[in-house]
Amino acid sequence: MANVQLTVNGKAVSADVEDRTLLVQLLRDHLGLTGTHVGCDTSQCGACIVHIDGRAVKSCTTLVGQVDGANITTIEGISKGDELHPMQAAFRDNHGLQCGYCTPGMIMSAIDIVNRYGADLDEDTVRHELEGNICRCTGYHNIVKSVLDAASRMKLSIAAE
Amino acid sequence: MGVEGIGASVVRKEDRRFITGRGRYVDDIKVMGMTHAYFVRSPHAHAKITSIDVEAAKAMPGVVDVLTGQQIVDDKVGNLICGWAVHSKDGSAMKMGAWPAMAPETVRFVGQAVAVVIAETRNLARDAAEAVEVHYEELPSAHHIAMAIAPGAPQLHPEAPGNIVYDWSIGEEKAVDEAFAKAANVVTFELVNNRLVPNAMEPRAALAEYNEAEEHFTLHTTSQNPHVARLVLSAFYNIAPEHKLRVVAPDVGGGFGSKIFIYPEEMVALWASKKVRRPVKWTGDRNEAFLTDAHGRDHISKAEMAFDADNKILGLRVKTHANFGAYMSLFSSSVPTYLYATLLSGQYNIPAIYAEVIGVYTNTTPVDAYRGAGRPEACYLLERLMETAARQLKVDPAELRRKNFITSFPHQTPVIMAYDIGDFGASLDAALKAIDYAGFPARREKAKSEGKLRGLGFSCYIEACGIAPSKAVGSLGAGVGLWESAEVRVNPVGTIEVLTGSHSHGQGHETTFAQLVAGRLGIPISQVSIVHGDTDKVQFGMGTYGSRSAAVGMSAIFKAMEKVEKKAKKIAAHQLEASEDDIVIENGEFKVTGTDKSIALPMVALAAYTAHNLPDGMEPGLKEGAFYDPTNFTFPAGSYICEIEVDKGTGKSTIIKFVAVDDFGRLINPMIVDGQVHGGLAQGIGQAILEQAIYDDTGQLVTASFMDYAMPRADDVPSFEISHTTTLCPGNPLGVKGCGEAGAIGASAAVINAITDAIGNNKLDMPATPDRVWHAMQAPLQQAAE
Repeated sequence: MANVQLTVNGKAVSADVEDRTLLVQLLRDHLGLTGTHVGCDTSQCGACIVHIDGRAVKSCTTLVGQVDGANITTIEGISKGDELHPMQAAFRDNHGLQCGYCTPGMIMSAIDIVNRYGADLDEDTVRHELEGNICRCTGYHNIVKSVLDAASRMKLSIAAE
Repeated sequence: MGVEGIGASVVRKEDRRFITGRGRYVDDIKVMGMTHAYFVRSPHAHAKITSIDVEAAKAMPGVVDVLTGQQIVDDKVGNLICGWAVHSKDGSAMKMGAWPAMAPETVRFVGQAVAVVIAETRNLARDAAEAVEVHYEELPSAHHIAMAIAPGAPQLHPEAPGNIVYDWSIGEEKAVDEAFAKAANVVTFELVNNRLVPNAMEPRAALAEYNEAEEHFTLHTTSQNPHVARLVLSAFYNIAPEHKLRVVAPDVGGGFGSKIFIYPEEMVALWASKKVRRPVKWTGDRNEAFLTDAHGRDHISKAEMAFDADNKILGLRVKTHANFGAYMSLFSSSVPTYLYATLLSGQYNIPAIYAEVIGVYTNTTPVDAYRGAGRPEACYLLERLMETAARQLKVDPAELRRKNFITSFPHQTPVIMAYDIGDFGASLDAALKAIDYAGFPARREKAKSEGKLRGLGFSCYIEACGIAPSKAVGSLGAGVGLWESAEVRVNPVGTIEVLTGSHSHGQGHETTFAQLVAGRLGIPISQVSIVHGDTDKVQFGMGTYGSRSAAVGMSAIFKAMEKVEKKAKKIAAHQLEASEDDIVIENGEFKVTGTDKSIALPMVALAAYTAHNLPDGMEPGLKEGAFYDPTNFTFPAGSYICEIEVDKGTGKSTIIKFVAVDDFGRLINPMIVDGQVHGGLAQGIGQAILEQAIYDDTGQLVTASFMDYAMPRADDVPSFEISHTTTLCPGNPLGVKGCGEAGAIGASAAVINAITDAIGNNKLDMPATPDRVWHAMQAPLQQAAE
């Protein structure tokens, strides 16, 4: 057993967990944050992506012990109250989701992509960057559209601040 | 309010919970005292179980119990069933091998469950599963069709000599023989339809609870059809009678057919919850999904088409072997027969068709319906045959198709289906325009000058959806009727709940179904809630598959709405002292036509429930139900054209442009319809160039993870160019045909036809991996060089 202390969606968390506990298990089973999903067991599908200190990481292959002291953001932590994150709004407005299972991971991954590329984002880059996120419903068409739309919204909201 | 009615691309009501991480899938649910199940599975493709020792596992920390297949048999839990009786040519019934939920004696595919560990946590259950000691005596196995039908092949089931499930046929053999006898040209083609794994992103899961005091079970499960699940669990598996079993399918993360069926794991979870007297949760991992979710396709076919001197089709002869895996899954028998061979006429006027289908057992995961279910196999065969014919007859592939299109409706094909309506030429014209067909030769030349091979491929598909008229499918062997039910409840404050037997697992019913109701009454969709997926709430329903929810499910809602409106108009007329016939519904108000008198929906609803002033003899309340049984299948159809570029050095294919023109009849929400097409296309393209379930020589599924099975990723597919032509379906009140499967049905043939066009070699099977394409292009390249 190990004790870990970390911040999840702005709240301090202290947990005693088995050494083998994965971050996704901590989030889902201990903290009840079930928006982060598990879609595979080989770190391929990206349904489990969260932000660790601002970077998109697959929480299914991260041991809780590795993130002691880290700042974790999950899909539940990106909107401001009722106000959706621009990426969430873009997915809704562009029909970037169907069954919704891959969506949290897609959104968390996409925010990181936009953060890294900013205005330089184009369709090919988005498609290449989403290599680690699998969706079986949308054929990616509207996901790509959503990410590009959000990129311009996020740029605007940064400009407004 | 018309902006939210039928035809409006309103954003989805359900999205907010999904994009904020508040969806509620089965594995998200926790209950007090919950235990976790983990299955012990066969590592062998075919073996006798000689012993199972569970004692060491039982002694492991946190283990509640370990249960085996023999206990399932001892408890008289029923074997898994196949719900569609298909008969062989000679009239004999299909040969069913017994399929217990956990194998007591013999395992017949890698991954088949033999025991289950119930423990306090999933990790502890998994640890203990490793300590269950199972001894096997390996048996010879057959994992491919050819192996299973070879003389002296290992036999899977004593009930099925030669591993043959059935030897079925459709159409007139004699008429086809006559057609071929007078043919000017005959085109022959052999093909493989590759085996696929559905891979909905949410793995299957079950949470079973047993309430001892009430002798009542509750099962939360990843199902496309919870009522059918309850029916089968009750009537055939003896788990509990229907009134003592509630099945809930909450948010479900994709299905594509694979979540229609009742699987061993869900059954075992229910049974185990009573055994251990505690709730049992099972959540499959991806490896288990690969090994146990019903696979799709897996055909080997030979097809011949006869043409007259004017290139008109005279006849079609098809012989298909279909791999069913080790056991007959719930609807498997119908897939390569009534959902496949009945579509072999495609969009074409074919006077005579004869098809034989031989169903085969192999030591592999069971095979059943996967997006399109039989219809993609029919389309792929026919459209490759048409393209082959065009090349052999040296005619334009578009014109050969057009020459043979069915142009008058209704049209009775020689293989059961009666097409009600369509305009195949219109879709083809629109697709040719969208791809700029006239400009293709120039684009091909330009690509050539850049060292690339460019090709164009067509696929003109038709499918039978809106599944299905109950009487018709009953006569073909279906064990159930395929109608749908709906109930419309107007609350006393005027908000509305619609209860439907359809189930949404990505299709957006909470929005589209609300659009129908809101549009009719002229109220915002926010005032309409759709309730589905719970046998305690919705009386009965047949669920969602076969692109049936708009054509059948919404038609049931339409019927219920008519009844609600009729009663509401009576109440309004009474309140307004007007004639019922003069009442019209506009913008949420009941108006007396030609006057300024009106009463708002909430007031009508309130009047219905206060019942202080209703017409004499009228019952209080405003709630109506309806069952809708379609009169025919619906027939979505369209033309797909794929333009592809192949790299000469690597054999890698890149889709330059993919054009899809579909005729789905009336569109409820065009945004959602397009989304359905996108997803279907990606699955069809995935089948064409990426995906294949591969068994090695020992029957191991070597593509059992996302590292080994090539799922389409974002950079494998292009953005799509989609448009529509419209002929309204005359068979249902909404004029809708269904859009869920089209992309997966039509896309593969277009892609392969494009690649073979590019490389100049027609001998190519799916998936057209760079390796396969590179090898296929060598001979033509050499010829060209010479």
